[in-house]
Amino acid sequence: MEAIVVEGLEKRYGSVVALDGVSFEVKEGEVFGLLGPNGAGKSTTVRVLVTLTKPDSGNASVQGHSVLSDPAAVRQAIGYVPQDSGVDRYGTGRENLMLQGRVQGLGRRDLRARVDELLELVGIADAADRVVQGYSGGMKRRLDIALGLIHRPRVLFLDEPTTGLDPEARVAMWAEVTRLAEREALTILLTTHYLEEADTLADRLAIVSQGKVVVEGTPSALKAALSGDAVHVELADGRVDDARAALAQIDAPVETVLDDGKVLVSRVLDGGRALPGILSALGAAGIGVSSVAVHRPSLDDVYLHYTGRAFEAEHRGAAVQPMRGRGR
Amino acid sequence: MMRAASHTWWMIMRQTRNLMREPIWIALLLIQPMVWLVLYGQLFKNVTKLGGFGTTSYVTFLAPAIVVMNSFFGATWSGMAMVSDLDRKFVERFLATPASRLSLVLSQIVRSALQAALQALVILVVALALGVRVHTGVAGWAVIVLVGMLVNAAFAGVSQGLALLTRREATMITLANFIGLPLLFLSSTLLATSQMPHWMRVAARLNPVNWGVEAARAVVLPNTDWGSVGLNLVYLLILCVVTAAFATWTFRSYQRSL
Ligand SMILES: Nc1ncnc2c1ncn2[C@@H]1O[C@H](COP(=O)(O)OP(=O)(O)OP(=O)(O)O)[C@@H](O)[C@H]1O
Ligand SMILES: [Mg+2]
Repeated sequence: MEAIVVEGLEKRYGSVVALDGVSFEVKEGEVFGLLGPNGAGKSTTVRVLVTLTKPDSGNASVQGHSVLSDPAAVRQAIGYVPQDSGVDRYGTGRENLMLQGRVQGLGRRDLRARVDELLELVGIADAADRVVQGYSGGMKRRLDIALGLIHRPRVLFLDEPTTGLDPEARVAMWAEVTRLAEREALTILLTTHYLEEADTLADRLAIVSQGKVVVEGTPSALKAALSGDAVHVELADGRVDDARAALAQIDAPVETVLDDGKVLVSRVLDGGRALPGILSALGAAGIGVSSVAVHRPSLDDVYLHYTGRAFEAEHRGAAVQPMRGRGR
Repeated sequence: MMRAASHTWWMIMRQTRNLMREPIWIALLLIQPMVWLVLYGQLFKNVTKLGGFGTTSYVTFLAPAIVVMNSFFGATWSGMAMVSDLDRKFVERFLATPASRLSLVLSQIVRSALQAALQALVILVVALALGVRVHTGVAGWAVIVLVGMLVNAAFAGVSQGLALLTRREATMITLANFIGLPLLFLSSTLLATSQMPHWMRVAARLNPVNWGVEAARAVVLPNTDWGSVGLNLVYLLILCVVTAAFATWTFRSYQRSL
């Protein structure tokens, strides 16, 4: 059965098109990832699904309830962990949970027990009676998740659950999400910037770019769909255009998909075989190479392929040229 | 309806609890009205000689009006808590739950009014110490506290509405200052109506702050006209309903903007 069905969502904010026909489905019990660059429309999609935002057109349903015609039933079924937390910083963790539980209609006794259970589960029991303002980023995020779980929802929406966490806390959070998904028998929709996160957590994922789902599938299927290898050539002197020109001369199918001023990424059928040709072409043109690496397709490449941006480069904030020759 | 009421209650509990954690805030909440009472009381002590004040004791004339003024000023700031809740996405978090929408707005207004009631009591006690006697006794005290709450709730509705429309603290402060002092001076808070120019007297009659001042003062001074007290209370009550409706309407427009 489908826990989440999204059909042709469109949403504009003034002249900005946030969603441009987003569609996907999530099966019950699945962990589904929405992956995409800044401003792709991930949060907007989630906000429509949790009934915060009304789409201009299209529809979506959660646990069979339409977000448009029966938002009350959707709200009952879901837990939502927003990108911007929304906890009451002047209240304690426990107080935040108690209020959330009250509003979700839990009775006093059940709620007390549930709050204790959740505080343990997300590992902030020691800080339960401290004011949230004094929590670390990781503790706040854990509280956010506990808040989303208080009423034992069937479907949990996590909007960038690990943004702002250090690598260690992030890995801990992944373990937690996996555990929760099993223990609470949850359907989880999570958005993320981290490829590794999507790869680790998601049973299936959709890559979103400019308000559209550009591709959807299991992480391994997405990787498999990219045939060939990626050759990363780091140029010693940054003569990117010369290098491009040199590579264009090669007989073998070498396709230069990206450069960020220093590193050139080429997609080739077989990295091992293409390498000598690439190096001799660069050598003949007198272009210095400081390192070369051959990569089997990674989710990185999938991301690059479908969004036209290098994930790494984007996150370093470097200028990135769009991918050339999208349809290979 | 039950749900809205219980959710409002829980939201008020949360706001009150947070305020209780601010010792300075509590101190100011209690001290500020006393300062006004003592300061204005001394400054204008002899003004009753001009006549038309209904009493020779200026502090007796002033005390009920200070309750109203304090309620009014408190109300103009009440939207700040909403701006902060909107900013921090506290409101959004609850919009994705079955939380009563009404309770998110109403709790702010009721919390603000309860605060005003508390301050009204403090002012009355201090006034008692300064020798002010409420002519109508306990009923009078009750009316004054009620007036304090109604004036506060009425303007809190406006403040909440503006908070939801503008969502900016700076705008809120400017607006509060813009409407605060004019409404104060267009009322008989500090001076008897008979000392005002004619046009001001007319304007004062349309000023909700003045409705409150008139009602609260009438129960303190002798010869209370209960009919006109009742009428002023009804006006204030109607205004409360209207501004609460306005706040609720702005909440919907905020939701639509998401
Ligand atoms: N309330 C709003 N008003 C105006 N524009 C908005 C609003 N919300 C989103 N947008 C715009 O819609 C687009 C999609 O935003 P969205 O927040 O969904 O992206 P995202 O994929 O979650 O990005 P990020 O990874 O940065 O969180 C962006 O261009 C954003 O500027
Ligand atoms: Mg986002």
